[in-house]
Amino acid sequence: MIRAAIIGLGKMGLSHQAMVNAHPGIELKAVCDSSTYVLDVLSKYTGMTTFADYKKMLAEVPLDCVFVATPSKYHTDIVAAALERGLHVFCEKPFGLEPETGYRLADLAERKKLVNQVGYHYRFVGAFNEAKRLLDQKLIGELHHVQVEAYGPVVLRPKGSTWRAQKSEGGGALFDYACHAIDLMNYLIGPPIAVSGTVLNSVFSNDVDDEIYSTLQYSDKLHGQLATNWSDESYRKMSVRLCFWGSNGRINVDRQEIQIYLRSHDGSGGLTKGWNVRYTTELTRPVWFYVRGEEYSAQIDHFVQCINSGQPSASTFRTASDTVRVAAMLRLDAQKPRTAIAANAAASAETAGSPAPLRQKSFMRSLFDRL
Amino acid sequence: MDRVLFGDNQFFGVNHMSEEKARAQAMRFQNGKAIIEVLEDAYAEGIKAFMCTTHERMSEICDHFRTNKDKYPDYVFYPCMPYAHKYANAAAELGMLGAVRSFLPEENKLGALLRGGMSLARQDVEGLATLLIDAEMKMFAGLKTPVIFLQNVATDFLLGLGFDEAFKMFADRVRDHYDAEPGFMTMNAPMLVPRLEKLGISNPIICANFNKVGFRMCPSIQAYEDLVAQRRCRMVAMSVLASGALAPRQALEYVCQFENIESIVFGASSRRNIAQTKQLIDELTRR
Repeated sequence: MIRAAIIGLGKMGLSHQAMVNAHPGIELKAVCDSSTYVLDVLSKYTGMTTFADYKKMLAEVPLDCVFVATPSKYHTDIVAAALERGLHVFCEKPFGLEPETGYRLADLAERKKLVNQVGYHYRFVGAFNEAKRLLDQKLIGELHHVQVEAYGPVVLRPKGSTWRAQKSEGGGALFDYACHAIDLMNYLIGPPIAVSGTVLNSVFSNDVDDEIYSTLQYSDKLHGQLATNWSDESYRKMSVRLCFWGSNGRINVDRQEIQIYLRSHDGSGGLTKGWNVRYTTELTRPVWFYVRGEEYSAQIDHFVQCINSGQPSASTFRTASDTVRVAAMLRLDAQKPRTAIAANAAASAETAGSPAPLRQKSFMRSLFDRL
Repeated sequence: MDRVLFGDNQFFGVNHMSEEKARAQAMRFQNGKAIIEVLEDAYAEGIKAFMCTTHERMSEICDHFRTNKDKYPDYVFYPCMPYAHKYANAAAELGMLGAVRSFLPEENKLGALLRGGMSLARQDVEGLATLLIDAEMKMFAGLKTPVIFLQNVATDFLLGLGFDEAFKMFADRVRDHYDAEPGFMTMNAPMLVPRLEKLGISNPIICANFNKVGFRMCPSIQAYEDLVAQRRCRMVAMSVLASGALAPRQALEYVCQFENIESIVFGASSRRNIAQTKQLIDELTRR
């Protein structure tokens, strides 16, 4: 049995607790959170051993691994402390807020040969894995354009009282939401080499961005577009959709289904020329325990299997740091001046470079970022 | 329980196969009148039980059935609580406790808040659970609710945590205050039933996926088949068509071969589909 503890019992931490506790290969030894209320209730009704201080817990409880699900800004210190003690670590996304820190932790985990995983659960969705399999086979030929969109109802009012609404705490749609879309693209076709035209915009939030749009460059011949907005209440829950265009067709994929259009095909793999559709019901592998989506269970089971087999995870500290690096590129790119469109030739001579409003905005943004 | 229950996923943009289809349904049913028309179609086909999530939009449907009781004298609701996304979205915005607080009853706010506040302070989960159950049930006042379900995300979350006492709290409140049978929706029925038995909830009403392809039947389709063979629960089969992955006859032949499955819940939007599915279930049940 693998001895585990959970640090941070918010929405994700409690959901992990339910799945970890139900896993036949894990013995959940303790949980840790700063809210004494949550700890008291868990201790009273489930008999769980609880701690308010993770350092004390790590020192006192013999463990093999920890699950870290605190607000993002605490990830780095806690993960480092767990790795130093020789523990395998599952950490929630985004995985730090600076890529350099993430890569240092990846180095440390790899040096110590510890399983390290980040909770990018879309890597465990059946339909996305089917897309990966088909893209790797070059089924739709050479890719030339990709599109990733992620929309959902997270911030629908100006005021939010949790850390998710605070930039200094790692809040904001870029790191807390768009990272899922970025990571999924990294997983499917690799990280971009350049980004341009990035927009970080607030819809309702006072302190953070709610929508992100950007152009991504993967090679001379392959480019893509990213669009994410967590202030869209027309969606019932987060929805991620990707489209790939290749020389031999197109793939549309979301959590529910994969649609494949083939210009030509030899009939292999049960596919035909033209449209092919496959649904989640046939692409999803059963899990041992289900709470809120197979992928959440599957990522925990994968972590356990990696600990038992010594194999590296499919979502490591290093791949997560690649994702954070792209997010950091987007943040930087959003501050760059834009190409102005001149109203006429005379005006063009006057306003070479950026127009005043855009320059101002950019200046204000960089000032805010510094603050 | 009735043999055939009408489900509500189609009304609220839930479709496990296609987001486009889900959106089209959300558009069609954004007007409560469109929902009522489909419920009337189902009623005309002999389906007199509506199993519905305690979605906020359900209150206008409840109003309609309350004011038109003569038209549907034998109509019953099987509420499923809570509507999980409401809590999950609030938790992301307000934190865990803030979310719970925001759903405490609004009328008699001071009293409820005081009780809620005291329940929170004393870690009196039972007091808090009672308040939340009553808040969810408010919209069904004056309607028949013979079975009240705990929704699967809540059931399975509590099951995973090992918070078994919550099932007892739910069952007690539903029996004592609403004179109803408690039901438990779950994606993990083979794990849940023995735990309920330990709490003294024997032969519980369980609503779980039951379909030929084993979609969301954890840990395995075999474990579910064994569970109904042992007659340890009153099973309501849901997702019998596996969200449309199976042809109706083939799907229902599979489910109807298990004599111990008491009820089948399905959702549909057209009179034709409702009639076809209802008639198929009736035909295969008689066999």
